[in-house]
Amino acid sequence: MSVIVQAKKNAGVSRWKTLTRRLEHGDTIFRALTILAALIVVVTVGAIGLQLWNTSALSRDKFGWGFLIGQDWNPVAQNFGALPFIYGTLQSALLALVLAVPVGLGIAIFLSELAPDWLRQPLGFLVELLAAVPSVVYGLWGLFVFVPIFVKPIADALNQGLGFIPLFQGPVFGPSRFAASLVLAIMVLPTISAVSRDVFLAIPRAQREAALALGATRWEMISQVLVPYGLSGILGAVILGLGRALGETIAVTMLIGNNLDLTASILHPGYTMASLIVNEFTEATYPLYLQALIEIALVLFAITLLLNLIARLLIWRVARRTTTEARV
Amino acid sequence: MSTNQSLRIFTRALASNETADAPTTTVKMRVTNLNFYYGAFRAVADVSLDVPDRRITAIIGSSGCGKSTLLRTLNRMGDLVPNARVEGDVLLDDESIYAPNVDVVDVRRRVGMVFQRPNPFPKSIYDNVTFGPRLLGVNHRADLDAIVEKSLRAAALWDEVKEKLHESGFALSGGQQQRLCIARALAVEPEVVLMDEPASALDPIATYKIEELMHQLRDEYTIVIVTHNMQQAARASDFTAFMNMNAQRAGTLVEFGPTKEIFTNPHQKETEDYITGRFG
Repeated sequence: MSVIVQAKKNAGVSRWKTLTRRLEHGDTIFRALTILAALIVVVTVGAIGLQLWNTSALSRDKFGWGFLIGQDWNPVAQNFGALPFIYGTLQSALLALVLAVPVGLGIAIFLSELAPDWLRQPLGFLVELLAAVPSVVYGLWGLFVFVPIFVKPIADALNQGLGFIPLFQGPVFGPSRFAASLVLAIMVLPTISAVSRDVFLAIPRAQREAALALGATRWEMISQVLVPYGLSGILGAVILGLGRALGETIAVTMLIGNNLDLTASILHPGYTMASLIVNEFTEATYPLYLQALIEIALVLFAITLLLNLIARLLIWRVARRTTTEARV
Repeated sequence: MSTNQSLRIFTRALASNETADAPTTTVKMRVTNLNFYYGAFRAVADVSLDVPDRRITAIIGSSGCGKSTLLRTLNRMGDLVPNARVEGDVLLDDESIYAPNVDVVDVRRRVGMVFQRPNPFPKSIYDNVTFGPRLLGVNHRADLDAIVEKSLRAAALWDEVKEKLHESGFALSGGQQQRLCIARALAVEPEVVLMDEPASALDPIATYKIEELMHQLRDEYTIVIVTHNMQQAARASDFTAFMNMNAQRAGTLVEFGPTKEIFTNPHQKETEDYITGRFG
């Protein structure tokens, strides 16, 4: 009898033995641990939402749904409304995405398809390094270097050339939604480009060969085969970027000008929910003020969840249409 | 299985292949002294071969002997490998496809390719077939409709999919996907179709359909097929090239001739050993 056969025989001796072996193998324990880990996430999200809801009761009772469309934020008059901040948050985040997505995709395509081998690693590393710069450094650099040297001249030119469009109405300010969005765009760039580069790299070689063998140029292969194939992944990358853009606080606070402005112009200063909270939480001297700030946090929380949900649905629809694996 | 027995099986397979030794053949593609290097490694050594027009040419040989590499030099897909290098020449209708003024995109439109594993795009059946024609600028709905029907009929797939042209190509079975890929290649009306072990991922019935299809296509297209399967080469091809590795592990062409001759009366000892199953 071989050693293995003997060992198997011994292993199956009793029920008790199997039970202990199961525990020893850790199947049960491992399962419990992973379930626990997953639960922590759910509980945390739920607890944050609940806590924000409960601790903003004063403000919710006083202003009701009107809080969302209130245009005034006046601690002296004890009158609080969230509209300028909701507007500023959405506007700066979307503008940042509009600027960052094309560039990010360009970087991803260059890194995965076009760059020579010796350049891929170093360039990819540099792009990822952008994500490692602390956001307060972006804010400081933006305020003292980027805005005066780069943003202001462009803003002036946009205003002079296209000032008749509400989007580019004057007067032109240095710190503005435009400045904040540009720096936000730089900050979300590494996320978008690194994730979509990985999406491109994961597309099977057979897809590229199929396109090229049909006489597609490299550009046709990229635009008509790779991008549609990776679309759901690219959308995922954009959403990760959106998440960062919505919640980014310090750099935006330093650059957006912090002004209750509801005009369409991106050249005017604005305000976001995150910058409002960070600017005023130390000054909230009476309960209604504090609870109004907490309600702002609740709104930011809800908007982030909602946008993520919509984005998930979008990805799901695209994925259902395209990425079922080829059966062979 | 004895030598005689297996030879008899091949001969029987050939009996149905009456036109195999049709006398008049012109040369469609001419490979002259071709060497292919992956970096410093020579994968194909000194191959010269004439691919006859509107015939099926099979390339057989053991794994790793450079069959696919050779095939991929015929439409310059080998160019895609980093650090790869080609020496020698390949002529298509007496003109070099490696000449500096040649656009590789044009070459691939004239020399289409079907791959080992079906690789449809994650698009509808219709969009898979019209992918190539659209690149060429064909945009009218009626023209595209006609191309789709013609190509799918030519690939013997039309009757199975005509009701569901706008469903995903991925929803088809493996064999159907491969025929879809053939239809997609035929849609740009290539002169030569290269097939890289097109049936190796398919079951016997799907394989049979592909072989039958090749036979229908040989009136209009020059076909070059790489295959591991000797029975397939014997059944389905008019000419056979047998490749083997030399001492430096580079693929060389051992023997080339009408399939019937290669399988019944090979001139080289190596060829005989291979087709009778003594190695490989």
